[in-house]
Amino acid sequence: MKLKFKFIEEKIAKVLMIGSSIAVFAFVLNIIYTIFRRGLPALNWDMISKIPAAGYYNGGGGGILNAIVGSLYIVLGSTFLGLLISIPVVFYLNVYLKKDSKLAYIARLAFDILFGIPSIVYGAFAFTIMIYLGMHTSLGGGILVITLLIIPIFIRSMDEVALQLPKDLLDATYALGATKLETIKVVLRQIAPGIATATLLSVGRAIGDAAGVMFTAGFTDSIPTSLGQPAATLPLSVFFQLSSPNADVQDRAYSAALILIFIVLIISIAGRLITNRFSKHKI
Amino acid sequence: MKSFPYRNPTRASWAEDFSFLNKSSKDKSDNDINNGEGLGIKGSYLKVSDLNLYINKTHILKNVNLEIPDKKITCIIGPSGCGKSTLLKTFNRLIDDTEGVRYEGSILVDGTDIFDKHTEITEIRKKMGLLSQRPCPLPMSIYDNIAFGCKMHGERKRKKLNQIVEEQLKSVGLWEEVKNRLNTPASKLSIGQQQRLCLARGLAVEPEFILADEATSALDPISSKHIEELFVELKQNYAIILVTHTLRQALRIADYVVFMYLGEVVEAGPADEIFNNPKQELTQKYLEGAFS
Repeated sequence: MKLKFKFIEEKIAKVLMIGSSIAVFAFVLNIIYTIFRRGLPALNWDMISKIPAAGYYNGGGGGILNAIVGSLYIVLGSTFLGLLISIPVVFYLNVYLKKDSKLAYIARLAFDILFGIPSIVYGAFAFTIMIYLGMHTSLGGGILVITLLIIPIFIRSMDEVALQLPKDLLDATYALGATKLETIKVVLRQIAPGIATATLLSVGRAIGDAAGVMFTAGFTDSIPTSLGQPAATLPLSVFFQLSSPNADVQDRAYSAALILIFIVLIISIAGRLITNRFSKHKI
Repeated sequence: MKSFPYRNPTRASWAEDFSFLNKSSKDKSDNDINNGEGLGIKGSYLKVSDLNLYINKTHILKNVNLEIPDKKITCIIGPSGCGKSTLLKTFNRLIDDTEGVRYEGSILVDGTDIFDKHTEITEIRKKMGLLSQRPCPLPMSIYDNIAFGCKMHGERKRKKLNQIVEEQLKSVGLWEEVKNRLNTPASKLSIGQQQRLCLARGLAVEPEFILADEATSALDPISSKHIEELFVELKQNYAIILVTHTLRQALRIADYVVFMYLGEVVEAGPADEIFNNPKQELTQKYLEGAFS
């Protein structure tokens, strides 16, 4: 009798698991379907090769090259800066600090809190500083605020992997006469998959963020040529086009979303390929 | 000590193997005051004097005095938790990374105190090749595993590096097995091969000592035998210090034996003496398998 109950339990659990998987999958499919249905017909070469012409948001010609380039600038710039800042932090937390260090505990807690702060708060925070410094909305400001936004993601997701770093591996490296700094080559190779995951998560968050860049990078119809000029971004471009009463322009918003998804897809695949090269040595 | 016949390694038979020790050495244990300090070697290579080590408030190593000879295999034996591994880690100061560690006394290597403020920790570690319990190859190719240490210590010439890699892989008998796949990840090797690779990696930075912390306990019997044979071969050039749980292994390859119990060195001396005529009752009992 007892055995039978076990089997029923197993069946129910299985049904629930399959059910929730299907639910998630259905949502994703639905979103992708909507974007394709409305966005694909409006997608043309002009969309990705031209900047908005006069009256674009009322149905005029042109494209969203300004937003594509602006988003790419911001994502690449902030990912680069983010890696540059967070790798040393993760290295310090895991190699220099001892396992039960108070500082490490407080730092991790702080990054967890930063992780949860909405991007609009980062935007507002950066905005007050920019006003104080007398700065305009600019590409540089956008990159900085997005860097702030993704650093906690970088650090916490790399840290989770670095926490699994085998003590033996560090000991083996020290035993060869390595200083703590010299172990970084070994540590980076070992946590390479973590760096990849962190980067993909960060890129996803950075490219999709609208609130943070609204105040700091601003929006413009031209392509920025220096860090001091304002820059357009894809999420804001989607927002402005969706706000239009014109159905054609709304459809273009969906094509912009489609482009956004493709960029994320390409970056994800590239990221996976690059890290596979580096992580094949992981022990 | 090589005259010992090969015996069944089970515990029960150990008591039989060493039953003769009870009779022959009882009278000796009383009149000996030496207390097992040092191995009675002149011009020893590594000299531990009055070493006390605490982790937080726990007294781990108690007044350890030892001398380790060059070009010999010294086995440190003793029950679990007696401080064998800690002592080994103190030799290359890997113990420094432990929270709350504090030590007194001195360890002289080549006449330099390794606890001295002016002694560079990386120099000490470079002198001591370490072989851990589980093989731990670096996350790199086979080639880079060996070249890593040399590159770190400033060797940049490709030709010289190639030569070192070949030489060291040959010295551990791995060259023939891997010469065609030097660029494959080290993690793809079998566990026994990995341990030999780790040994070669240690040898590549030209150490004077080889510290092995139960280096064969995770290996299959054949790989384990291979490593033991390597130790015997390598003792011509290095001072080898083994921590081991397997008395049988100590019996097979040790030239000198140090017996530790609860953080103290109970007895130390040439392997023949320790195994045949242990002066201390504790040593006797341990060898008989009364505790472990």
